[in-house]
Amino acid sequence: MSTTTNLVPTPGQTVGPFYGYALPFDKDNELLAPGSPGSLRLQGTVYDGAGETIPDAILEIWQPDADGRIVQQTGSLVRDGYTFTGWGRASVGHSGVYTFTTVNPGPTGPGAAPFISVAVFARGLMNRLFTRMYLPENEEALAKDPLLSSLDPDRRKTLMARRDPDGGLTWDIRLQGEGETVFLDFQ
Amino acid sequence: METQQDLSAEINAMGDAYARALKDGASAETQPRLDYAPYRSSILRHPTKSLHHADPETIELYSPAFGHQDVHALESDLTIQHNGEPQGERIIVAGKVLDGDGRPVAGQLVEIWQANASGRYIHKRDQHPAPLDPNFTGVGRCITGPDGSYRFTTIKPGAYPWKNHVNAWRPAHIHFSMFGTEFTQRIVTQMYFPGDQLFPLDPIYQSIVDQDARDRLVASYDHNLTEPEWALGYNWDIVLTGSKRTWTENEALGAAGDEE
Repeated sequence: MSTTTNLVPTPGQTVGPFYGYALPFDKDNELLAPGSPGSLRLQGTVYDGAGETIPDAILEIWQPDADGRIVQQTGSLVRDGYTFTGWGRASVGHSGVYTFTTVNPGPTGPGAAPFISVAVFARGLMNRLFTRMYLPENEEALAKDPLLSSLDPDRRKTLMARRDPDGGLTWDIRLQGEGETVFLDFQ
Repeated sequence: METQQDLSAEINAMGDAYARALKDGASAETQPRLDYAPYRSSILRHPTKSLHHADPETIELYSPAFGHQDVHALESDLTIQHNGEPQGERIIVAGKVLDGDGRPVAGQLVEIWQANASGRYIHKRDQHPAPLDPNFTGVGRCITGPDGSYRFTTIKPGAYPWKNHVNAWRPAHIHFSMFGTEFTQRIVTQMYFPGDQLFPLDPIYQSIVDQDARDRLVASYDHNLTEPEWALGYNWDIVLTGSKRTWTENEALGAAGDEE
């Protein structure tokens, strides 16, 4: 392609109710094996505008490794148990709860606030939504983060995970209403 | 219970309002509306605040890598996953995945899922009293070629009844899931077949209020893809959003793809 053309993007559509026999795969939510050194549980609940849990949502996370490196390794769909690919997928259960096994993302540059990129899909959600989950530590980096600094404190906190006593992370997603998660537009 | 007439009135009112706005100089909408009440399940599941503009950073400017470790070549043929031949009209669906600048997206994952020829999903929550096909699961995957091409052999799915309102039927469709070269290009969508009479009645298809944009989800019949005495061919290209990363020359030529 020598010339640059500007094509109009294809529209998205809802993932619908029946992705459950197609998109999930073995160890889809295990970016590394549970219990392996450095592993932690990232969990949360997905809520609708009435505050009810959503039982048919599916999430994807994409993150750097613990040293902040962006990994370009294949093998996410057929995990060998050793290679960290940085990407995973988790369907919520009947109670709207999702779980990943992963590592704390490292800072991708000096002073950068570490975050995980998240894509949200659900029945009833017309198009996928993007958001970010930030680690709660390192306030100096968080204060300098360009996205977080552009948000009111009330909205900013929807992107912050809580650190659990066991070292894991908890982060809920609210598609609508009070405490509605900040969703992003990159265009 | 709401009827198709009730729903169609809502769909048409929103379509008319959009047409008037266009005439008054509004810019064309290219994506579905997140807030589209005729699809009842969306009412409590759309954000009420507008999406917050962000410049993609670091990890967002890259995509996870998939390759032939992840997907076997035979996974692109949905008609050979069982001992016998599935029922229905065998078809080939092929096309290209391109980014907004027209560059092929090479070596990336494409996933599809669909109902069988009777309009029945194998999913346990599908209660449609149409027969399951023991020879058809309806799930496929492939990795795009160096030119961004993908190709599936499958069965033409049937129309599918659902409970949005009384006598609600989805036009025949295949669900598609694609990755680009940047995570912000991630898309899940549905491909439709040309000439479907259910298009005007379907709140999911009509949630894209712009006719040109809706048309981008409809495949074209392509006799060049049709194979003699074997399968009818449909062509459908997917365009992802433009990329934000500065590309190296090799990437721009598609050399970063996972070639066989």
